[in-house]
Amino acid sequence: MGRKVGIEVSIAISEAVKLANADVVAAYPITPQTHIVEHLAELVASGELDAEYIPVESEHSAMSACLGAAATGARAFTATAGQGLELMHEVLYVASSMQLPVVMVVANRALSAPINVWGDHSDMMAVRDTGWVQIVVENGQEAVDNVLCAFCIGEDKRVLLPVMVHIDGFHLTHVVEPIVLPDQADVDDFIPPNEYPLPLDPARPVTMGSFGPPVIYPEIKKRQDVVLRESKEVILENWQRFGEAFGRYYHPVEQYRAEGAKTLLMTMGSTSETAMDAVDRMRDQGMSVGLLKLRLWRPFPFEELLQAVRDADLLVVVDRAISFGGPAGPFCSEVKAALYNQDKKPKVMGFVAGLGGRDIPVGGFEAMVHRGMEIAEKGGGEILETYGVRE
Amino acid sequence: MQNYTVFVPRLVPKKEPFAPGHRACIGCGEALAVRLACKAFPPNTIVANATGCMEVISSQYPMTAWRVPWIHVLFENTAAIASGIEAALKAMARKGLRPDDGTKVVAMGGDGGTSDIGLQALSGALERGHDLLYICFDNEAYMNTGIQRSSATPFGASTTTSPSGIKSIGQKTWKKNMAAIAAAHDIPYVATASHSYPHDLMAKVAKGIAVPGPAYIHILSVCPTGWRSAPDLSIRLGRLAVETGVFPLYEIEDGEYKMSLELPKLRPVEDYLNLQGRFRHLSEDTIKEIQERVVAEYERIKEKTG
Repeated sequence: MGRKVGIEVSIAISEAVKLANADVVAAYPITPQTHIVEHLAELVASGELDAEYIPVESEHSAMSACLGAAATGARAFTATAGQGLELMHEVLYVASSMQLPVVMVVANRALSAPINVWGDHSDMMAVRDTGWVQIVVENGQEAVDNVLCAFCIGEDKRVLLPVMVHIDGFHLTHVVEPIVLPDQADVDDFIPPNEYPLPLDPARPVTMGSFGPPVIYPEIKKRQDVVLRESKEVILENWQRFGEAFGRYYHPVEQYRAEGAKTLLMTMGSTSETAMDAVDRMRDQGMSVGLLKLRLWRPFPFEELLQAVRDADLLVVVDRAISFGGPAGPFCSEVKAALYNQDKKPKVMGFVAGLGGRDIPVGGFEAMVHRGMEIAEKGGGEILETYGVRE
Repeated sequence: MQNYTVFVPRLVPKKEPFAPGHRACIGCGEALAVRLACKAFPPNTIVANATGCMEVISSQYPMTAWRVPWIHVLFENTAAIASGIEAALKAMARKGLRPDDGTKVVAMGGDGGTSDIGLQALSGALERGHDLLYICFDNEAYMNTGIQRSSATPFGASTTTSPSGIKSIGQKTWKKNMAAIAAAHDIPYVATASHSYPHDLMAKVAKGIAVPGPAYIHILSVCPTGWRSAPDLSIRLGRLAVETGVFPLYEIEDGEYKMSLELPKLRPVEDYLNLQGRFRHLSEDTIKEIQERVVAEYERIKEKTG
């Protein structure tokens, strides 16, 4: 059943990687990911985790070494944040295109300049289209559970895709929470052995990463998209299996007091916990407000979103990133695009808040809901509506 | 030294891990160098290949010239890819996930992928001590993209981004010394080689793979397309590069320099430069400058051999 401990979320994530028995860890330190890779180094040094730890000279090489390891058939893990994720950007596309199932935790961090080590979702949004399965969590327990699920999902022969687990930098990485760490035997039962179908092996030589001319490239890309979309079934299957084994269930779009709500707040990541308090307050005041929390960012859960908003008149989406000069919040854009062709759909109001670690208090979510309602009713509103930004 | 009979075909292994039928240009020295290097591989070898000529000519889907497990990922990260493969082989053998069959890892890239964009990843791999051989197949410019200069392009060479002109002698800088850079990582084995000395090349590759820890071999690879030379002169140009002292063949074993070939007297550099269109614009003064530098460099390496 596991044991419940008070533990820093980063340390708990490393313990989850140990429970998953990773073979290769390649990592380069970057705030706020450091505690994860430090503790993994300790686990390897103490012999608790039998893995090769490669202290690479850059994030680009961290991801590259993970690809080499995954191509050889090893279970590979890395973690990064912000600029590190940007530096490994081009390698991310290759990981998914070559179907190499690496698992990576991203301690979401703002992007320079100005240099800022605190959390927001700019890094996550920049890697939106890299073809990875992307799961967003809101607390330490969810991080641990989804790191375990990530290995099952990515290594499944129907998927064979890399998986990112997004956790908010500092708001999650550096906080101590009560977390249930599962027992090794239960994790061993839950995660099947990694059997990569055609690894680099002199007994059976394969050519990997060949040059794809126009005559084949579009077909390869189409197939990649199909595989990522169809991975949703495997993700749901593994979350179900995880729930049955450990008693905690996960869904692509999580709901909090959303039944019958006329106005729905929509968040991603750790701010969801604050947003729940805001929903409680507004419900206490008699307002018909609920919360949707997006758990599965890629593949995007279109059906689950439509289902979740079917009774709502207004959706207030909170972004922690800006699409400069574009439709403001990338998360909100996606939600709008998903709803656009529906006959019955709520109005969608987007807000950008919490950039670079700026706190969003409970009252902030209430303010965004009220402002959203006001714009929905009276019209107006800016393309970039922000909360908590001094003009 | 023009005695070509030192090449004894029957002493060359018949196996061809790098199969014929690839798309290299006529007279490509690099494809020959790769072919020879592959002949020296032990049976269990995995190859990681950087983006560049060799990847393009050998792997166009759905065909492949590779009879060994081969992976190409990107341009600048081949040493890191190879690091990951080596670490995976180690961990998996230890954990009983794959047989402990002594599989070897060879990383390869061109001069751009090695001495420019891939230098950081290479330095990391050498410094960390992975058991792998890295081979730079140096044709002295970005030939695949159309003959742009790299840090390995020799002084005076005209390329598409270091063109000669009224105000330009061509490449303004001297060739980056990659063997010395690799050796500065205190790795057990570094060597230079040439496809025009096949037995020497194969022996060095075999040694570089056998030595525990990182090894680096820098192979000068004649490129008729980029050097503006006749395709049937590739072997001779490889020889002339060595005989003039432009590209000395040596090994650095545990820091000890050793000349691979005793040259009683260096030939004049003109013998080498005059056969290549990339140097045709050079003035006598510039050739003299090159001659002096080549002799000085050669003497410096010779001194190190003590």
